[in-house]
Amino acid sequence: MAKLNELCLHEARDGLKNKSFSSRELITDHIDMMESSRSLNAFITETPEIALKSADSSDEKISKNTNGPLEGLPIGVKDMFCTKGVLTTASSKMLSNFIPPYESTVTNNLWDNGAILLGKLNNDEFAMGSSNETSFYGPVINPWIKNNDKSPLVPGGSSGGSAASVAAHIGVGSLGTDTGGSIRQPAAFTGSVGLKPTYGRCSRWGIIAFASSLDQAGPITRNVKDNSILLESMCSHDLKDTTSSSKEIPNFEKAVGKSIKGLKVGIPLEFIQDGMSDEILKMWENGKEWLKKSGAEIVDVSLPHTKYALPCYYIIAPAEASSNLARYDGVRFGHSVSSDDINNMYELTRSDGFGEEVKRRIMMGTYVLSSGYYDAYYLKAQKVRSLISNDYNEVFNKVDVLLTPSTPNSAFAINEKYDDPLSMYLNDVFTVPANLAGLPAISVPSSKDKNGLPLGLQLIGKPFDEETLYSFANIIEESSSFESIDNKWWLQK
Amino acid sequence: MSVTIDNVKKIAKLSKISLSDDEVKSFLTDLNKIIDWVDQLTDVDTDKVSPTFSSFGLEEDTNQRNDVIKDGGCRDAIISNAPNSEDGFFLVPKVID
Repeated sequence: MAKLNELCLHEARDGLKNKSFSSRELITDHIDMMESSRSLNAFITETPEIALKSADSSDEKISKNTNGPLEGLPIGVKDMFCTKGVLTTASSKMLSNFIPPYESTVTNNLWDNGAILLGKLNNDEFAMGSSNETSFYGPVINPWIKNNDKSPLVPGGSSGGSAASVAAHIGVGSLGTDTGGSIRQPAAFTGSVGLKPTYGRCSRWGIIAFASSLDQAGPITRNVKDNSILLESMCSHDLKDTTSSSKEIPNFEKAVGKSIKGLKVGIPLEFIQDGMSDEILKMWENGKEWLKKSGAEIVDVSLPHTKYALPCYYIIAPAEASSNLARYDGVRFGHSVSSDDINNMYELTRSDGFGEEVKRRIMMGTYVLSSGYYDAYYLKAQKVRSLISNDYNEVFNKVDVLLTPSTPNSAFAINEKYDDPLSMYLNDVFTVPANLAGLPAISVPSSKDKNGLPLGLQLIGKPFDEETLYSFANIIEESSSFESIDNKWWLQK
Repeated sequence: MSVTIDNVKKIAKLSKISLSDDEVKSFLTDLNKIIDWVDQLTDVDTDKVSPTFSSFGLEEDTNQRNDVIKDGGCRDAIISNAPNSEDGFFLVPKVID
């Protein structure tokens, strides 16, 4: 019999419900896979004891028919979510000893629905990065490698561990956070499905803050249906987050398989970039064809301020980060370097506890917020953000969804872009606008490039219309017949 | 606009991050590159545009709750992560002479 960790979320769910196997058996196979995949460095903390104990309690609930929608299913959690009593580091030296005394709302919702914590997943430090290379715990290795070149590749970031673990069949799904593409870009690089919900759909309470007006939690899974199931359990109206939406939470799973006939797909012309590779263009064309065949209408649209989204983001996100990260002072929690002078203690603590990219962003953010530069940079960027949002509002009067590539390229090699912050930032060019405008967006695997690496298509939707994204993503998934990893080269025998 | 060495030192001071001379130099290069790049926003006419600080709140109001105590009594749990504490208080270096 195949190992149970090969089953996707809905297969495992149905198998548990039919009592084809127990949660303990399912969890045991996932723990085995997690332990034999340590060379990927996807996990910072493994929690096998918690997982096995929870599995027994899930098995009891299943036998009594009191099981929740995710009962007995193993989920990996990005180390940006506070988990009560379990080390939560944000992949930073600054929090390398932090044991939260409370649980984030999103993870709490999952445990209430019966899901089981498998471990805490590696990410870029404080979610700042696009390759998972800024982690204090070292880079995550992408389970995908090129056909002819076996050098290790990045899984994307910042939710690199979340995407790599799911692609490697460790856990049936994982939680990520997305501030500028941190779910969608790694999903694209690992052949996974990743959704950033509408801003306000998932509570931010208990998620370590990076840029509060942009951060959103979201699911990463091996297929679209799984993604819709996991999202539904993550959502709730939470009074502990002032920007948590009270809108009704739909049954997202029902949207998977729904017809898209007569719906309109916008192709934003400004997303066609100079020097865009033929492979990306071809993938995009294929996507259009698939949707057209399923009865959707393809319409060219214009989002005139697209080219300003990335520079706008790289003012706003660091500005918010510099403010959010002011709390790491070595007094109440986390890393601390002692000194007799309090200012000296702050400076030494922060200098030693933060990595280079985090410092760079704090510095950048402090600069654009400082006296004399606030209007020229920060306020200017927030005005440009209004123009970007308006572009999307107008386009969504004409179309139901937008189709774009998820990334300008497939996964790159470790160290390839690490020394050039700007070229790293450019990786988020297609994903950042949805964060600035607060819109839901999903990345779905669509094809493989000439080296056999996954490429993803992105769908951007209207606010709170994740359902339409799932209906469209399902069509792309069915049309692409994308095959997941078969060569598990990284396993330690 | 370009950033100077003095700017970098001042920003580091404001950020409460101590930097070595080499770090100052390397941040000077990085910040100038990034600032040069984000300066393209000056091409956009925003004279009659108001800023968007959050995409939330266009369709519904932000949540507000009554100002009443809802939890508490967890001093020890909170203090448990403190690098230095004494008698249930956070311990810091002497601030006032």
